[in-house]
Amino acid sequence: MMSAASSSPARRHALSPARRLQNTLMGGLILLATLLVVAPLILIFLYLLREGFGAMFNLDFARAREGLGAVFSGANLDFFTKTPAPEGETGGGLANAILGSIEMLGMASVIGVLVGVAGGIFLAEYPRHPLMPTIRMVSDVLAGIPAIVMGLVAYGLIVLKFGFSGLAGAVALGFLMIPIVVRTTEEVLKLVPQTVREAGLALGLPKWLVTLRIVLPAAAGGIVTGVMLALARVAGEAAPLLFTAFGNSAINLDPTKPMSALPLEIYRGATSAYDENQRLAKAGALLLITLIFVTSLLARRASRRK
Amino acid sequence: MSEPTQTRSPRPAALSSASDRLFQGLILLLASVIVLVFVLSIYQLGRESWPALSRFGLSFFTERTWNPVEGTFGAVAMITGTLVTSLVALAISVPLAVASALFVAEYAPKWLANPVGYLIELLAAVPSVVYGLWALFVIAPVLGQWQLTFFNPQTHPERVELYTKCAALWAENKTTLQCFFVPSAGGGRGLALAIIILTVMILPYTASVARDVIRLVPQDQREAMYALGATKWEVISRAILPYARAGILGGVILALGRALGETLAVAMVIGDSQDLLKSLWGGASTMASVIANQFGDAQEALHRSSVVTLGLTLFVLSVAVNFVARLIIARLTPKGIQ
Repeated sequence: MMSAASSSPARRHALSPARRLQNTLMGGLILLATLLVVAPLILIFLYLLREGFGAMFNLDFARAREGLGAVFSGANLDFFTKTPAPEGETGGGLANAILGSIEMLGMASVIGVLVGVAGGIFLAEYPRHPLMPTIRMVSDVLAGIPAIVMGLVAYGLIVLKFGFSGLAGAVALGFLMIPIVVRTTEEVLKLVPQTVREAGLALGLPKWLVTLRIVLPAAAGGIVTGVMLALARVAGEAAPLLFTAFGNSAINLDPTKPMSALPLEIYRGATSAYDENQRLAKAGALLLITLIFVTSLLARRASRRK
Repeated sequence: MSEPTQTRSPRPAALSSASDRLFQGLILLLASVIVLVFVLSIYQLGRESWPALSRFGLSFFTERTWNPVEGTFGAVAMITGTLVTSLVALAISVPLAVASALFVAEYAPKWLANPVGYLIELLAAVPSVVYGLWALFVIAPVLGQWQLTFFNPQTHPERVELYTKCAALWAENKTTLQCFFVPSAGGGRGLALAIIILTVMILPYTASVARDVIRLVPQDQREAMYALGATKWEVISRAILPYARAGILGGVILALGRALGETLAVAMVIGDSQDLLKSLWGGASTMASVIANQFGDAQEALHRSSVVTLGLTLFVLSVAVNFVARLIIARLTPKGIQ
């Protein structure tokens, strides 16, 4: 509506050429800058699609040009079912990393959801508690701690005593999830109308039942969104896992032993000198980025609908 | 917001006090884990960095040599690397981020604004390693190729002479302003690539905060300017941006906090040199990249402790920066909402 007003013919006449030029020029620059901002995302995704898709399903696009069947005869799911081949050999997959990521994210969620949701409830439902400002501030501060520093902390707390383990990695990731879950939980709980709480209390329900049975279910969608966003955020973290989960080239589901994760294998593969490891890293990056994009888009769509 | 006080105070205490108190205690106990994590972090980092701090004292922050073999550890190169990469990346990304926020909030029609906003948010969701992988495989070869062309003895014999001069300076760990901008060997990896990738990585943080504050600028401000016959750019530059300035600053500082702690993408592309910055195109290191690259291999207690001291420094720096950012944003929010 604004643009309609400024571009009406009457106004155009009043503008001096210099002002009109400046206006057009700045508009053009803003459009150009926006294209520059969005370009890397599109370039990265297209690059990973081109390099990773074939590797993920073992498709051979060079042979495909000779005849369509070649692609499909070469296709297999090794990427999802095998562990990385020994250095210098071809083949293999990232099953160890996929399973490790799932297991560590599962364990991290326990910490992130339990502490994060409780923190959110505390901030939203007990705003007059004397400890409230402290917990709010500390939670904000935690959000700014670099992931690698959290890795150092988890190393000191767990690895020094018990050695490298998936559990230590999960604790680092769980700590990183807490502030995100706290913030989103607090925000959605505050969106629940005060009248709903009053209605519950008027029926004679104690406050804790009102919180658990009325307020939390009303905010459940938003809380799930927050947890998904937190998961999407930490699923891509490799830095805190470098010296906690450490990585493992074999499939390991024992949380007390070293464990691999997708971002760890991407890091190792990308910095490796072997083509085969680089190939797996690109396929792993495509898988990771796709999962993260889908998760965050679903989470945002769900939160928008509320 | 309606005041929650009303529901709480007049209720009879007898009905529910025991179970309510139990529930509140349980919630408080779980929420206290947040404080516990913070306290444990400080304790852990403090305890492990103590050997290095007590050995070197403040000279840890003023000494240039970082040499694990000789056992001397000074963090000037890493602190400089962190500040230079972060601040330059910030300086490049802020105008781009604000422009994209203006596009989404002021220029784009609704059908375009939402998808573009989505894309910018997705930019923040791309993991650090993936940025690192892309920079390593896609941008580094381009920069490396450019350096080869720059030094081609057939086409530019005079530049080779310059390079020889600079290489001699670099070998003595010195640099001049001219040599700082002369490409050095390294296949494209180095300070410049780290700055490029950091710029891209922190864009979405400033952009989304800027977009939110620009949307909070009251419609009256725009309409009053248009009524005076202002062009769109004049409305933006004289009514919208001044009004949103403080909020944008908060977003910028938040992005700075991200840049300081950004680890793997930078560690993968910065070339991992422990010397003080010599060339924009040569190797360097940041505090986070040194932690990622050295902590796992650090056998000596003093080396390990020095790396953790970098972590502690980073921790303090990030906490301070985030604190300032949130202070600015918090001070601004009530004004925007009313």
